[in-house]
Amino acid sequence: MDRIPILKLGEALLVTIQVDMHDRLALALEEDLTTRIVEYSAKGVLIDISALEIVDSFIGRTLGNIAMIAKVLDADTVVVGMRPAVAITLVELGLSLPGVRTALNAERGMAMIKRRIDDGYPISEYEDEGGS
Amino acid sequence: MAKLSASRLPGILSDSVRHIISDWLTSLKASPDGRLPAAELEAQCESIVTRLAQACREGNLTDIDTSAFAPLRDVLADVSRTRALQGFSPTEAATFILSLKQPLFARLRIVLASDPERLASDIVTMSELIDLLGLFMMETFQRAREEVILRQQTEISELSTPVVKLWEGILALPLIGTLDSARTQIVMENLLDSIVRYEADIAIIDITGVPTVDTLVAQHLLKTVAAARLMGADCIISGIRPQIAQTMVHLGVELNVVSKANLSDAFALALRRLGKMVVNQRRAVPADPA
Repeated sequence: MDRIPILKLGEALLVTIQVDMHDRLALALEEDLTTRIVEYSAKGVLIDISALEIVDSFIGRTLGNIAMIAKVLDADTVVVGMRPAVAITLVELGLSLPGVRTALNAERGMAMIKRRIDDGYPISEYEDEGGS
Repeated sequence: MAKLSASRLPGILSDSVRHIISDWLTSLKASPDGRLPAAELEAQCESIVTRLAQACREGNLTDIDTSAFAPLRDVLADVSRTRALQGFSPTEAATFILSLKQPLFARLRIVLASDPERLASDIVTMSELIDLLGLFMMETFQRAREEVILRQQTEISELSTPVVKLWEGILALPLIGTLDSARTQIVMENLLDSIVRYEADIAIIDITGVPTVDTLVAQHLLKTVAAARLMGADCIISGIRPQIAQTMVHLGVELNVVSKANLSDAFALALRRLGKMVVNQRRAVPADPA
């Protein structure tokens, strides 16, 4: 069975999903990623889903689970490149992925993770609210 | 039976076209309407009566769906459509064709004076026919009005969902009018597409133009915010008017989003989040004397 490659970039892990996700692939990714986070003691995980045209409720939930698992292992997950149609579908399905950080593209996602690694504390929801 | 009693009707009609038109015009002109030029009215009456006579010669008087009535139907549809667009009321549009009865019956009464039995049955036949034509006109009238409404709806939804770029990475979405599910969908798609196009970090949803915020509208807003967040953009809601803020609290509506009272506050926050600053120059720039 094919697996989704997980690349290590310093303290971050990079996952780009280029094939259609099916349920077993998603579960395999969850397992691999968990192992790798521990192995490399990664601080950030970037999942690029810009090639995904269909995200169903299961994949959506798996992304949420990955984020939660990563959180337990002290790593932040950033999902990047979600397409507008996918975003609308997920919201209509009632899955707004509350535990997952998002960014428009891989570049911004990486910047987010880099900031977290440099600062040494997790990305909070309103990190830049200060002074308002 | 209709066939039998109609046997002389087509002949009478064809012979009296001139009389009926002039009588009808006289009665119509008794209550003139400024919206319709006299020449146009005359042309309409003439073509209706001529085609009615022609249809009666060729077709069955109890069924206006046949091909014999096609030319008459076309004229009537045209007349009622123009009237709908000119803003006539349904009553005015219906009265127009129903007022044909009076001159028609008067004519029948003169021609068939010697045969009361035939006169009575012919009047019933003609009356039913005109009623059918009236109903047909009403239907076209209604359809024309619905088309107008439909067109306006699409125009409104297209007009009222612009996405404005305020700054590098900051978008504003000024919402005007009530948010229903159909409009939310359009708004959401517009916003998400613009987020991708402008690579926006922050979207400000301004609801100054939204007249009421009930639980449903709030839910739609939250959906839009959630979808934007999934794309990696933060949303700020601005322009909540005092009355609306009160209603929302009384209704128990909760918007778990950053909200600001007006667009400028929201814009200031957005700039701060992007690490931008608005500062005074040392001296105000003097106004251009020209």
